[in-house]
Amino acid sequence: MTISAPEATTTKLENTGALGYKKHTDGGWGLVPIQTRSERFASTDVTDFPAVTGREAAWKLTPVDRVADLIDGELDGSEYDITATEAAGVSIEWVERTDARIGSAGKPEDRAAANAWTQTEKALAITIDGEEAKTVRVSRATLGAAPRAAHVVIEAKPFSRGLIILHNTGDARLTENVEIVVGDSANITVVTVQQWNDDAVHLASHFTTVGRDAKIKHVVVTLGGSVVRINPSTHLVGTGADVDALGLYFADSGQHLEQQVYVDHDAPQTRSRVNYKGALQGAGARTVWIGDVLIRQSATGTDSYEQNRNLVLTDGTRADSIPNLEIETGDIAGAGHASATGRFDDEQLFYLQARGIREEEARRLVVRGFLTDIVQQIGDTELQEKLQDAIEQELSRTRLTDGN
Amino acid sequence: MAVLEIRDLHVSVETDQGTKPILRGVDLTINKGETHAIMGPNGSGKSTLAYTIAGHPKYTVDSGSITLDGEDVLAMTVDERARAGLFLAMQYPVEIPGVTVTNFLRTAKTAIDGEAPAIRSWIKDVKSSMKDLRMDAAFAERNVNEGFSGGEKKRHEILQLELLKPTFAVLDETDSGLDVDALKIVSEGVNRAKENTHLGVLLITHYTRILRYIRPDFVHVFVNGRIAEQGGPELADRLENEGYDRFLTDEATV
Repeated sequence: MTISAPEATTTKLENTGALGYKKHTDGGWGLVPIQTRSERFASTDVTDFPAVTGREAAWKLTPVDRVADLIDGELDGSEYDITATEAAGVSIEWVERTDARIGSAGKPEDRAAANAWTQTEKALAITIDGEEAKTVRVSRATLGAAPRAAHVVIEAKPFSRGLIILHNTGDARLTENVEIVVGDSANITVVTVQQWNDDAVHLASHFTTVGRDAKIKHVVVTLGGSVVRINPSTHLVGTGADVDALGLYFADSGQHLEQQVYVDHDAPQTRSRVNYKGALQGAGARTVWIGDVLIRQSATGTDSYEQNRNLVLTDGTRADSIPNLEIETGDIAGAGHASATGRFDDEQLFYLQARGIREEEARRLVVRGFLTDIVQQIGDTELQEKLQDAIEQELSRTRLTDGN
Repeated sequence: MAVLEIRDLHVSVETDQGTKPILRGVDLTINKGETHAIMGPNGSGKSTLAYTIAGHPKYTVDSGSITLDGEDVLAMTVDERARAGLFLAMQYPVEIPGVTVTNFLRTAKTAIDGEAPAIRSWIKDVKSSMKDLRMDAAFAERNVNEGFSGGEKKRHEILQLELLKPTFAVLDETDSGLDVDALKIVSEGVNRAKENTHLGVLLITHYTRILRYIRPDFVHVFVNGRIAEQGGPELADRLENEGYDRFLTDEATV
């Protein structure tokens, strides 16, 4: 006598609906939203992107009506005026859009970036070579109020060192892509400072690839402008690649300052630190920080930490802070995130006031101290002093009202 | 002669369970140059008295008065009290990220004096006070209380006491958490300040240990929100031997 296994049922309960079982519907939308950051659609052609509704993940916290012309409209993609300091080992030139470096660090993931890519005629190429430390300042002050596209490529040759400061002032309606290629064992700092006029609109996507044992410190400082959205993404492609992604923003009444930061750990032993700090004051001041960190299966032994802190100085402001961490391997050294948005710490104010310091000045000391932490890490005394002054000016603009 | 007077002071604090009275009629007079120790068990209201004098917003004064040379202290803001000559050395001073000790001390000195200190003599004063308190020079460039050990925090409080030169100082459990060496260094600092400026000191403590190094002129025993007994330094010695049990039983039978 043989004993046979019970016949396998070909009908699953969820298909028959028996006992109340039914198939999961995924929300009944007929499609599953993208589950991992790395699968987000990317293209250099604006026509590949559907019209922006403002409900997309990349746009849902942005005032799209204020930037519609940059997402869809015609853009001036020609050369513009820059002023740049000279330094040995640094070359700055305008190159054709067919230059081999263009597209080497990344591709647009949103329509505004693709629109810039499609309409750019010439790109600004900055090449850093040589192992001695050097600083180069590139200023844009006369972009004007007409919609414009731009493309910047920064290439740090293997073993090179340098500090590149991109300083933005004046009027602007700008959408641009910035590519940064950090060669093996290079060690560079890229600082982008936005001190635009009050009406300026600026959308930027930064794409960085970091090679073997290379290191980049990437700093975004945004103080001026109406809508400024800078989205830096860093791809750690070489073993031992390292990024410090720092940010500092100060939003006044009516300003929308946004940054979507993405770190893609693709190689083993890579390290990332993301630290963005913001202050908000005045009715309608708005900031957005989205921090995505992806640790791929290939990225064993990685060490990552991201944090965002916001200090709310007055009523009527809004700060969004959204950290996302995706980990595809169990073999990591560390991964963490932190986010905090709050008003003044009453105990800090009490301590300072108990030493005779007037309330208004005590509040200033606390805010200055809060933001200084980022400024101190830039590594250029001249810029650091300028930014300290700019923060002082921001603080003197509005009376810091009582948090209660 | 400067005098700090506390009269029939009633203070309460808001808690989740409602308003909780803590001080129930405190009377105390401190003349400049005098050192008063306030001793008492945990929860008797010693720290509340300290923070009420400094003006912490958490505490509500229900009745009574605090005056400094006849001036109404309770009508002053926290910073006005400090500028009037009051100082509180805190038990748990908070961290102020991004603000260096140097910057903080200079800002506080400027606020208290109403003008910036002469740079050379100020730097000299800071250095010598830090040296006296056995504080490393690198300390000045650290952010206020950030990563300080318990002992470093207390030294930093006494450093401020020496540099800001208040008329009256309240020391809230300055001895807590200090090993004997640190306790001696901190006590020496307080004694130096007393000698140099003849300030009045209100020394709040749970233990008699610090009174071996800072000799009080008067000792007040604080129980259940008021002064239960007062006397000279000999009262501290008695407390050392007997503890607070005597007062707690008294209170329970009232």
